[in-house]
This record gives sequence, structure tokens and C-alpha cells, in this order.
Amino acid sequence: MVNTPSDKILLSADGRPLKQSLSRSLRQQKIRALLLIAPLLIFIFVAFIMPIVSMLSRSVENDLVSKTLPQTVQALQSWDALSGELPSEPVYAAFALDIQNAAKAKVHTKVALRLNYEKSGIASLFKKTARKAKKWDIQNDGPFKDKLIKVHKGWGEIEVWKTLKTHSPRYTSGYFLNAIDMRKTAEGADFQPEDKTILIKLFQRTLIMSLIITFSCILLGYPVAWLLANLPMRQANLLMILVLLPFWTSLLVRTSAWKVMLQQQGVINDILVQLSLVSDEARLIMINNEIGTIVAMTHILLPFMILPMYSVMQTIPPSYLRAAKSLGATNWTAFWRVYFPQSVPGIGAGSILVFILAIGYYITPEIVGGTKGVFISNRIAYHILKSLNWGLAAALGTILLIAVLVLYWTYDKIIGIDNVKLGG
Amino acid sequence: MSEPKVIYSNPFIFTITSMGIMGGLIGLIFGVANGSGPIGLIFGALFMALISFLATFLSKNESLARYSICVFLTLVGFYFIGVIGLFLGLMLGLFSSWFLFWLHLGRYRAKLQPYLSPGQVLWHYTFRVICGIIFLFLITPILVVMPLSFNAQDFFTFTPEMLRFDPDGYSLKHYRDFFTNNEWQRSFKNSLLIAPVATIVSVSLGTLAAIGLSQSHVPFKRAITAVLISPMIVPLIISATGMFFFYSHVGNFLEDTVGLDKNFVGYVKVILAHSVLGIPFVIITVTATLVGFDNSLTRAAANMGADPVKTFFKIQMPLILPGVISGGLFAFITSFDEVVVVMFVGSTNQKTLPWQMFTGLREQISPTILAVATILVVISIALLVTLELLRRRSERLRGLSPG
Repeated sequence: MVNTPSDKILLSADGRPLKQSLSRSLRQQKIRALLLIAPLLIFIFVAFIMPIVSMLSRSVENDLVSKTLPQTVQALQSWDALSGELPSEPVYAAFALDIQNAAKAKVHTKVALRLNYEKSGIASLFKKTARKAKKWDIQNDGPFKDKLIKVHKGWGEIEVWKTLKTHSPRYTSGYFLNAIDMRKTAEGADFQPEDKTILIKLFQRTLIMSLIITFSCILLGYPVAWLLANLPMRQANLLMILVLLPFWTSLLVRTSAWKVMLQQQGVINDILVQLSLVSDEARLIMINNEIGTIVAMTHILLPFMILPMYSVMQTIPPSYLRAAKSLGATNWTAFWRVYFPQSVPGIGAGSILVFILAIGYYITPEIVGGTKGVFISNRIAYHILKSLNWGLAAALGTILLIAVLVLYWTYDKIIGIDNVKLGG
Repeated sequence: MSEPKVIYSNPFIFTITSMGIMGGLIGLIFGVANGSGPIGLIFGALFMALISFLATFLSKNESLARYSICVFLTLVGFYFIGVIGLFLGLMLGLFSSWFLFWLHLGRYRAKLQPYLSPGQVLWHYTFRVICGIIFLFLITPILVVMPLSFNAQDFFTFTPEMLRFDPDGYSLKHYRDFFTNNEWQRSFKNSLLIAPVATIVSVSLGTLAAIGLSQSHVPFKRAITAVLISPMIVPLIISATGMFFFYSHVGNFLEDTVGLDKNFVGYVKVILAHSVLGIPFVIITVTATLVGFDNSLTRAAANMGADPVKTFFKIQMPLILPGVISGGLFAFITSFDEVVVVMFVGSTNQKTLPWQMFTGLREQISPTILAVATILVVISIALLVTLELLRRRSERLRGLSPG
């Protein structure tokens, strides 16, 4: 190629080599496409990806203790938590200084609340000490060891200091351990006491109920999708409205409808009582428990199952079934060996979609689930809005996010992102 | 209406037995309701068997038989139950007389292939009944809410007055409450402000990006698509949690450093959050429309001297408009329907309609919720119709559908 005379190279109109000019135009095309995408990409990055990242960092971040009590954290480094002895005077002195500063800046309640998640009782200990510490003269009032223990005998407990030391590093795995019903102690990770284990149970329940919901969606969605795919176009379109109307109706409307239907003085119970199938005293309890959540969520997610199944079944030629039957297959064999395997991609797509949606649901379980039918997402909302234990909420969210991403990756492998269809 | 052609006539013993079973089931329900199931069962079965015996055996005139069954059952219903019985009897009469001749004259085979075995025919209809029940499950909750919203009392269930169709049992008071109550009105206005603005943001950015994505050479196309669609994949509760942390920082920054009004910042936060949630829908619908877009049209326009901006607005935009609008509708409904994110990101000043409904449902207050629900159902029907019309128009424009 090196020796080829230049007049043999193909040239474009402006005299450049064709190859060069083509690659330039390709580059320009790429840049133009990227420029069109860029505003949105930046927007999504700032308004969505960064919030998610901030949640991820929240789940391990723990700078409150080291920021509020810097001297104490430093002094505690030389203390061996497993020695069985109380920290020495310098630690107490450092703490007295820190708590005084914190009390003056009015930030001691935050750190008290933070440590109270780990060991209950610390909040009142901090508040009482801070009130007293405001009046101390740090330079001359020492020694502080006895003084602090006199203020509150909690400062004479090794456990309190252990908690302080364990949660002083800037980054912690504590929230994640809490999220799986464990806790961080000076001796390492340990299981929570029996009466505090709730989250593992909630994760299990979320999984099991999502599976039940997915399964009942398959059970109810398959016949309907089959019918829609095999009816003549006009009738199928009419029946499709019955699927799309719930799909388009507000989630709150559907949830409130189920509340109206299922409650003890509600429509279903009234009809059953009217027909004397149930006596007035023994009205069925169908709400504020698992049944309520499962029924309502199956109804809400059913369209998400039917639509992908329908689009797959539409592509299966009906002549295959007829061919199978004419070769001597019974109805069941023809369905099970010929039709069903071809419809499996639809079932897979619908199931993963429904399952992903189900494990992250919050509104419906909150309203119809009572205490027995709530999901992990309700716990996240509880920690964000009520208990304000944001680190734990972030850790729970991170675990849920990882689960969903794994599922989503599977979905992409089976179906592909590009094949997501909306509303037929 | 032309009667379907008769293939053959079943022996009357078959008709009488089937009708007897049907009558028995209906009788069982009435019997249980009135204290004794077995008596109702036997009575209903005999009653229906007798009617069908008379109808099939004595009368060769079908329409006369059908009319007399209807009139007879209506009278029986009126005699035993009253005004509702009149209605129930008429319904039962219409159904059973049709069902009787449908069975007796074998009309159920009229539209099926003649070679099907009786078992297959039975399965065919059983399957339809099963599907019908599932459709009923899908649509009942929505249908139940509507009449209940006209309830004159503060109950979440049908009162006896309502069942008697007594005008006193119905009223518009829940609607009146919705339109006069400040809380509801404020949240309604908030929804009407937040959703459209969020839609405009997501549609304008989303359409631009979708056009970029559907160019022929886009580097990292898969990764970019994944990022742009991610707000739809990530569960709302997680997006909301992340946004809760992040947007409170942003809000503090805007309020303290830039010095913007607190209320204004609140709206900005919610609108930004909602437009993020709507973007995947815009991307998906617009890219789907662009798949069928003929690029030689833009080249032709450029050839005739149109600059890119003019080409976009005169050529490309009109053709992809249906996709853009339906994407916009999706984005709108996403924002209009959203509770979790607005609850986490916004303050009470930004309370939207769904949020208000959610609070109402959790604290078990007024049936005004049902009135709001009915209004929302009507809105979603309107949206559904618009979307369907748009879809047809788009197909016609692209020549995909014969008519």
C-alpha cells in the first residue's frame, strides 16, 4: 500500500482521500447524535443518577460521630475495647470538650439520635450530659472521669464506650448489618436479639408474596392473552379495552376500589351476607392482611402480564396447533408440546416485569396490607418519614436496588431492553 | 337480526337436564339466602325443567315460547320479591329463554368447526366463561367505585336505598365536597400545575434525545439507552429515597445560597423529579415511532434547500407527532398519578391529588375519595381514547394499516 501512487487512491470531490472523508462524516454524525442526546443525558445524570449514588453513599457514610466528637474519636483509638476496663482520663477529658462544643453548636441531639439506633438509652444520656457540660470550664474543672460518671452513671458502662468506638469510623458497614438483622459490636458482627429481628422476615415476605402475585398473574393472564391473540382483530380490540382501562386508571383509584370491595363492611362481604353465605358476625377479613395485598396487587399488575404475553402469542401461527392435531396429538399434547413452549418467552417477560414491579411496591401494601401484608419498601418509607434512620433506609434501598438490577439484567438477556412495549 | 342456522336439534331430555341443573344452581343461591339451600335447589331444578319441557315439547313456535317465559318469570319475580324482582325476573327470563333454545337447537355449534367433538365444544365455552370471569375481575373494581361515589351517605358500600334505585339514596354531595373543600382543591390545582410542566420538560428533552438515539451511528447506544430508561426500571421507592437525600441538599442550596423562595424551590424539586420519571416513556414511544421513519424525506427536504431546523419542524415533527403526544400522555399520567416521590421530595405545600387520596385512604376519612376516583377514571378513559385515535392516525400516516 505504501508504494501505491497517489493517483490510484479514490478521492472525494474536495480532493481528500475517500476513506478519510467518509470517516470524517461518520465522526460528524456521531457527534451530532451525541449532541442531541447530551441535554437529556446530563439531566438524567444530575436529577436521577446522582440521587441514586447519594443514596448508595448514605448507606455506608457515618461521619456524624467523627465530625461532632473529633477529639473523643481520636482519644478512643488508643483504648482497647476488649480489655474490659473503662477508658482512661484523657478520653473523658476529650469527650467533655467535644460534648461542650456540640452542645453550644446544638448538634449533640443529632449524634445522640444516631447512636440511639445502635444502643437505646444513649439519647437521654447525651442530652443530660450536654445540659450539664455547657457550664463546665474545660481547662480547670478536671478530672472528668468521675465528674461524667456522676452526671450519669451510663458513662461508667463499658458498653456505652464500646458503642461509641464501634461507630466512630467515617465509613461503616453497620447499616448493612442492620439491614440483615445483624449489628456491629466491638467484637465484630453479631446477630440482633430475637425481638429486634424483623427485616430478614420482611425481605422473605416481600419475595414470597411477589412470587405468589407473579404466579397468580400468570394463571389469570395466560387464558386472557390466549383469547385475545386468537380472536378476530375487531373483537380482540374491544376486549383489549377491558385490559387497558385498568392499566390506565390511577393506581390510587384501583387501590381505593379494592379497599371498598374488601373491607369488612365492604361490597363483597355485604353481598356474601345478603346471600347468607356468611353470617353477619363472621364477616371475612380480607383486608389489612396478606390476602388484601395479594388480591389488589394481582389486579393492579395483571395488565403488565397480559400485554407482553399477548404480543408474543400473536406471533405464534395457529396452524401449528392444527398441524399437531392432524398428526394425531390430543388437545392437551398439542397445547403442551407445541403451543406452550412457544409462549414461554411471553411468560418470562411478563413474569420478570411483574416481579420487578411487585418487590418495589409501596402504596398498595401500605393501604390494604395492614401490618401482615407490608413489604420491605414500606419499611424504607417508615425509616425515611418516621424514624428518620436514613442510613438504614439507604442500606435497605441499596439491597433492593441490587436485587432489581440483577433481575433487570436477566430481563435484558431474555427479552432485550428495546422490546419493552407499552399499551399494545 | 337473522337467526343462526340450525344444525340439528338435541333430544329434549338433554335440554331439560341442562336447564334443570341451571335452575338448580339459581335456586340454590335463592334458597341459601332464604334459609334453606336444598329446598331451593330442588325447587329451582324442577321449576326450570318444567318450563323447558313445556317450551320444547308443547310449542313449536319459538318466539311465542320465549315471550311467554319472559313474561311468566317477570311476574313470578314481581310476586315474590317486589320491584327488584321484576327486574331480576326479566333478566332471568331473557337469559333462560335464549339459553334454552341455544342448547336445544344446537346453536352453540353454529360458529365452530363442524368436526369438533362434544368435549371440545364444551371446553370452548368453559374457556370463554373462565376468561369472562377474569375480565370481570379486571373491570369490576373500577365499575363498583362509580355508583358508590353517588352515595347519599358516608358509607363505602351500597345502601338499601341505592339497591332499590331510590333517588334519595343518591346524591352529588361528595362531588360538591370535592369542589368546595380547600384541601382537595389545593391538591387538585397542584396536580394540574406539576403534571403539565413536568410533561413539557420530559417531552422536549426526551424527543430530542430519541431523535439522537435513532440516528444510524450512535456510540455506546446500549449503555445510553439503559441509562435513559433506568428511571422506569428502578423501583419508585428507591428513586424516591435517593431523591429525598439529594434534593434536600439541592433545595437547601437554592434557598440559602441563591436565595429563592421556599415554595418555589419546592415546586421546582417536585417538577424535576417527576420529569425524570416521565422521560423513559417519551423515549420509548418516540423511538418506536422513529423506527418506521423514512430518512430519505429529510434528505429530500435538505436537497430542496431547507435548513435542519426547518426540516425538523416541517417534515419530521408532523410525522412523529402522534408518538410524541402519546409519550407525553404517558409522562403526564405518570406524574399525575405519582405519590411516593412527591411525598418524599415535596412538602405539604406541594400536596398533589394522589397524595391527598393516599392520606385520606390511610386515615379512613370521607367517601369524597370515591368521587375523585370517578373523576380520575373519566380522565383516564379520555386519555385512552385519545391514545387509540393517535395510534390509528400514526398507522395511517405510515401506511401500516389498510384502513
